[in-house]
Amino acid sequence: MSLSNSTSADARALVIKNLHKEYVAGKPILKDINLTVDGRGITAIIGPSGTGKSTLVRCINRLVAPTEGEILFQGNDLVKLSGTALRHARRKIGMVHQEYNLVERLSVMENVLSGRLGYIPAWKAFLRKFEPADIQNAFRLLDAVGLGDFATRRADQLSGGQRQRVGIARALMQDPDLILADEPTSSLDPKTSVEIMEIMVRLAGERDVPVIINIHNVDLAKRFSNRIIGMARGEVVFDGPPANLKDHHLADIYGGESWMETA
Amino acid sequence: MSAVTSADITRDPFLPNWPRRFGFIGLGLYCLYALSTLQITWDRFVRGLDQGAKFLDRLWPPNFAPDKIAMMTEGLMESIQIAILATAVGILLSLPIGLAAARNLVPGWLSWTSRTLIALCRSFHPMIVAILFVKAVGFGALAGILALIISSIGFIAKLFAEAIEEMNMKQVEAVRATGASWFNVLIMGVLPQVIARFVGFGAYQLDSNLRNSTMVGIVGGGGIGATLFTAYQRFDYDFVMTILLAIIAIIMVSELLSGWLRRVFQ
Repeated sequence: MSLSNSTSADARALVIKNLHKEYVAGKPILKDINLTVDGRGITAIIGPSGTGKSTLVRCINRLVAPTEGEILFQGNDLVKLSGTALRHARRKIGMVHQEYNLVERLSVMENVLSGRLGYIPAWKAFLRKFEPADIQNAFRLLDAVGLGDFATRRADQLSGGQRQRVGIARALMQDPDLILADEPTSSLDPKTSVEIMEIMVRLAGERDVPVIINIHNVDLAKRFSNRIIGMARGEVVFDGPPANLKDHHLADIYGGESWMETA
Repeated sequence: MSAVTSADITRDPFLPNWPRRFGFIGLGLYCLYALSTLQITWDRFVRGLDQGAKFLDRLWPPNFAPDKIAMMTEGLMESIQIAILATAVGILLSLPIGLAAARNLVPGWLSWTSRTLIALCRSFHPMIVAILFVKAVGFGALAGILALIISSIGFIAKLFAEAIEEMNMKQVEAVRATGASWFNVLIMGVLPQVIARFVGFGAYQLDSNLRNSTMVGIVGGGGIGATLFTAYQRFDYDFVMTILLAIIAIIMVSELLSGWLRRVFQ
């Protein structure tokens, strides 16, 4: 797919400058975030609930509008985009959601093909006239996530783990240059969580697509990422490889130490 | 377990709700007052029952004479046509109007415009609207159809807008995050969530339009209503019975049909 790894990695890099977000004036959720995320590998963002992890990730594909700052991706400042330009930027950013967010009444195949909705006109979407190559690709992705036989099932008949596999297939269907995962495992049991992380990391790795994962499970973050960003109080308080993440960092990120002793 | 003390007795587990008590007392008093001003007496009620018995007696047996049946069939067919046409056009118009009224999909000015339109459609009983259209476009089925289209919009568009406002926005957001256009979000994120309910509303409205289409004839809007009204006026109660039985049969068939529709689209 990619001509040369170094160019594709550069093209997929993300730069966040002075990002600031407040939902209520005077109560900032994100305070002056500055980050450069390389165009490859897995970046995990950890931190307590309510610290702005989710807001940060949702600012990137503009499901949330930042108050101030720049988010540079593929030559665009995502913060300034609107209308068609914003939609075109979103097409290249896949998202895996906490509660899977499949359209429950659509089939698995329709949900996966939704990843192509940025490319087809409304009448074709209405008649489900997707490109044959896209349908082929959707079947391959379903095989890759282990749901080859589920294409015609309705999404509401699937288990949580199966739904998240469809969610991953939908994101990859976009042929993305970046994948955002917002707490992809927090609605799943521990074993399924690991399976989902393995699938996501493997498939993204095969395509050399960078992944930014919000995750509150520190063990999963350490196990699957190359880089951990620790957030607390709306700020980045740790940034480095998993091996460098020590107990005193965790104490700073999550506050206190008593919760670690039982682990 | 332990003995009941005086402290236990003074603790009240249920607070008295005085506004509600006053509400019920007020309602009761008003009903008594209304009854007294309308001059409804026991004596009159008993005499009325007597008349009712005579009326019921003359309803049976129904009149199945061929000329009556032919007259009735013509009127009924027209009623069914009015109902189906009004429902079809009403559904087609309700879809965009209902969408445009959903506050979670469109800007405020548009939803308020659409809501006002819906409120106007709902403000009058179909019979009053039918009278207006009979005056505007003349006697006949057209007036009935137009009247029922208006009431269909008032019902379907309002409930459709509410269904859209209750849908799961996370599913819609996920589709939006793929870079889908507004119309594609509508087609793949919104409609799948609400279309089954929309079909349900449409089926219910067909039911309701069939009932109403037998009425609009009374004011000149076409259909069986005129025949039925004339039969009442002429004291042809046996023919009235025939028409009533036919209407009951149609409503039952439509009930089965709409139940089937809902199952198919659930």
